[in-house]
Amino acid sequence: MLMPAANQAQMARRSEFLSALRAIVPGEGVIDDHAALAAYECDGLMAYRQRPLAVVLPESVQQVSRVLAYCHSVGLNVVPRGAGTSLSGGALPLADGIVLGLGKFNRILEIDYDNRCVVVQPCVTNVAVTDAVASEGFYYAPDPSSQIICSIGGNIAENSGGVHCLKYGMTSNNLLGLELVLIDGTIMRLGGKHLDPAALDLLGLVCGSEGLLCVVTEATVRILRTPETQRALLLGFREVESAGACVAAVIAAGVVPAAMEIMDRIAIHAAEAFVHVGYPLDVEALLLIELDGVEEEVDYLIDIVRQIGTQCGSVSTRTSSSEQQRKSFWAGRKAAFPAMGKISPDFYCVDGTIPRRELPHVLRTIGALSASYGLRVANVFHAGDGNLHPLILYDADRAGELERAEELGAAILKLCVEVGGVLTGEHGVGVEKRDLMDVQFKQADLDQQQRLKCAFDDCGLLNPGKVFPRLHRCAEMGRMHVHRGALRFADIERL
Amino acid sequence: MTVPDIWSPTDAGEVAAAVNDALASGQTLELLGGGSRRRLGRPVDADVLLDLSLISGIVSYQAEELVLVVAPATPLAEIRTELEHKNQHLAFEPPAFGPLWGDTSASGTIGGAIMIGRGGARRLTAGGARDHVLGVKGVNGFGEAFAAGGRVVKNVTGFDLSKLVTGSFGTLCAVTELTLKVLPRPADAATLVIFGLDDEAAVVAMRQALNLLPVQVSSAAHLPAAVAPASTIKAIADPGVAATLLRIEGFGPSVTARLANLKSALADVGPCVTLDAKASATVWSEVSDATFFAAGVAPLWRLSVPPARGAVLGARLAQQLECRHYYDLAGGAIWLETSAADDAHALAIRGALQEVVAGDGHATLMRASDDVRRSTPPFQPLTPVVADLTERVRRNFDPRRIFNPGRMYA
Ligand SMILES: Cc1cc2nc3c(=O)[nH]c(=O)nc-3n(C[C@H](O)[C@H](O)[C@H](O)COP(=O)(O)OP(=O)(O)OC[C@H]3O[C@@H](n4cnc5c(N)ncnc54)[C@H](O)[C@@H]3O)c2cc1C
Repeated sequence: MLMPAANQAQMARRSEFLSALRAIVPGEGVIDDHAALAAYECDGLMAYRQRPLAVVLPESVQQVSRVLAYCHSVGLNVVPRGAGTSLSGGALPLADGIVLGLGKFNRILEIDYDNRCVVVQPCVTNVAVTDAVASEGFYYAPDPSSQIICSIGGNIAENSGGVHCLKYGMTSNNLLGLELVLIDGTIMRLGGKHLDPAALDLLGLVCGSEGLLCVVTEATVRILRTPETQRALLLGFREVESAGACVAAVIAAGVVPAAMEIMDRIAIHAAEAFVHVGYPLDVEALLLIELDGVEEEVDYLIDIVRQIGTQCGSVSTRTSSSEQQRKSFWAGRKAAFPAMGKISPDFYCVDGTIPRRELPHVLRTIGALSASYGLRVANVFHAGDGNLHPLILYDADRAGELERAEELGAAILKLCVEVGGVLTGEHGVGVEKRDLMDVQFKQADLDQQQRLKCAFDDCGLLNPGKVFPRLHRCAEMGRMHVHRGALRFADIERL
Repeated sequence: MTVPDIWSPTDAGEVAAAVNDALASGQTLELLGGGSRRRLGRPVDADVLLDLSLISGIVSYQAEELVLVVAPATPLAEIRTELEHKNQHLAFEPPAFGPLWGDTSASGTIGGAIMIGRGGARRLTAGGARDHVLGVKGVNGFGEAFAAGGRVVKNVTGFDLSKLVTGSFGTLCAVTELTLKVLPRPADAATLVIFGLDDEAAVVAMRQALNLLPVQVSSAAHLPAAVAPASTIKAIADPGVAATLLRIEGFGPSVTARLANLKSALADVGPCVTLDAKASATVWSEVSDATFFAAGVAPLWRLSVPPARGAVLGARLAQQLECRHYYDLAGGAIWLETSAADDAHALAIRGALQEVVAGDGHATLMRASDDVRRSTPPFQPLTPVVADLTERVRRNFDPRRIFNPGRMYA
């Protein structure tokens, strides 16, 4: 993956930039020490590393505003950063740009039970929101597996999801308001504690914009009542097809479970070896279904889903009867990533979405691709919403394996698009999938997205090199190419 | 005023041709689907009516994928019927506002519903229109056909233009296709009606129902004594006092259990009755569509505020103006019918809004004469920085302002 070539003229002005930035963020807030910069050289996509020109850690929205206005005035690139867990390289630094670390924005500002929302600074961790309201019986629904470290600001930038998305939505469906800063230093608020935008839904656009449009400095998120009861079913199937069919049948019966997760044989075996929770080892697919709500509802639905499972040919069925047992069902699924670490030196997590009906075909094709690339692939799958996470096992110490793993990943994502799906269900495009954007979008589609980039950041200083495979100048994007001519409608149906 | 031409393209390609024709000849376009929501927003003075009503029909419906692809002029009624075959629905409960202008004939098209971007009473818990639009295809003001989003329920690839187009009142592009998330329809429903609460007590009760109990209320509304009698449900209308409505939906055993929990927790609040699924459906569509105000022509507003502040604002407006009002979204939405005035009382209403919730909310004029909607901004005036950004965004879809010029802001 090639990043834009570093601008040497900008690099040469480093000391000038540093002293100006220090005047805005005094003390330890500007990091330029070579060794200290190493801590920021990558995010969760660790194959890519780059030390930034400097790291700036502002403490107030005024400082963020002044830093950005300064960068705007001198044409300095800015990469916003939360906790640095992005799996798509969204927070990968640039040699000729600063990293704007939001780490000091780590306070919960307000808990408002009356309006069922919490106001936080962007570097509050995802789980901290739930922790802050759990005692009153509330929680924050989006739950990425990285929730103990990832930040709400990062979640907003990536529109992160989790295992409970199908029923409770992604980040954007749980976001009510923002304070943000544009690259020219303008501070503004969008939304609040009320529902629905006053005019154009800029809040909806900003969520999922991967740090390319603005820097988020405050967020108001919705909290929900914690369900009274949660129970889970663990269904084993001889064929992955049957597990997929079972998911479809559950939905067709009108049931929207809190979560539906599928693991394939490699993933089951790796997880079981890692956590020993008694997963059946003689099945090809394990389907974990969680139901939540009032007790009467959960009991009623457990029976329905169990019957559907039997009809779809489940060969083993376990139903949680205690909280401890439910957690043990989850333990293997939640350990899927670390478990891969036990059976392979490295793994690469792919993230595409497919229409669920394509699951058998896609898994068969992934199997064939895996064989032809000579790399093992384990599959975990947010089955309810069709979000596939093939885990490609490789060894970075072997020459060429990382590149092969990436090629295999790209082949899998192309397959997702071919069957009617998309390149990313929750991890974002970042640098990782940037050059695949043409597979999913036509030039006119990408042009329209880039024009919005121009509306927010016409110099292209915020997080350049991410999301878009080619960068066009905004003046070029705004030009009209009218196909003068036919006027086919000019003289029909005149009143 | 001259009568505009009408162009009626029959497919997406012809829509693109029409937009290019308009660009080439320097004409502006008013986009029209079914027309049932045409009088929302500012009146549009365009050279040409771009009648999209022929861009209609269900393109594909994959019930088990929860995905519906439709052409924009597909009637909502047709979509409802199709979804009902598979026991599904549009969870955001798109309101039908035609009756507010005396048009009871049609519930409008899906394109119109998405362009105004509002949800009905279930918006409180199920999300709004924005939360159910997965993808759009359209023609922008550069004359280019483009697509955004996808055809699967979970997708973060590229900017989320679908949310931006939703609720844009046709000021960004001519939409030629929509992909929507559909969901299973609740098997059963019931509504608990509590009588005789004042606004403040009602907002407290709604909050209690949402916050304290294992009941999962899906909608919460309060009809003061001046509005409750306008319901067609006799149990609500006949007592002639205020009615607070709490809806519970889901599978039968779940509804029964939650209703029992709700009743026992709110037992002391006031006298109650329970509505069955059928009556429930009727009254919640009345709440969603504001049909209590359908008969009149008086100015009608919808205010969006933090739910807990609803009653404070409502009470203040009731004191200040001659009006009738009711609350939806647990207090987060106030529908307000006022007496006639040159500015439809915009100054008073937006002034009170500012005092009670500062910038955290907005007031939209939902019904008034063309003249009033021309001189009084129907949409809440934005802060200068948000207005600037909004205009830059709009201009990057439609630089020559050919789509619905002036529909949102003059
Ligand atoms: C083990 C593991 C498991 C994961 N599981 C999931 C999962 O289940 N679901 C899921 O969706 N993701 C998952 N992720 C991915 C990742 O955690 C999420 O994308 C997360 O939201 C990133 O948050 P962050 O704070 O680490 O952001 P960073 O990595 O710091 O940044 C991510 C992007 O957001 C931008 N950004 C950060 N903060 C701001 C801000 N305040 N304003 C503007 N832009 C900003 C950055 O520029 C960058 O583009 C996982 C990652 C790991 C390592």
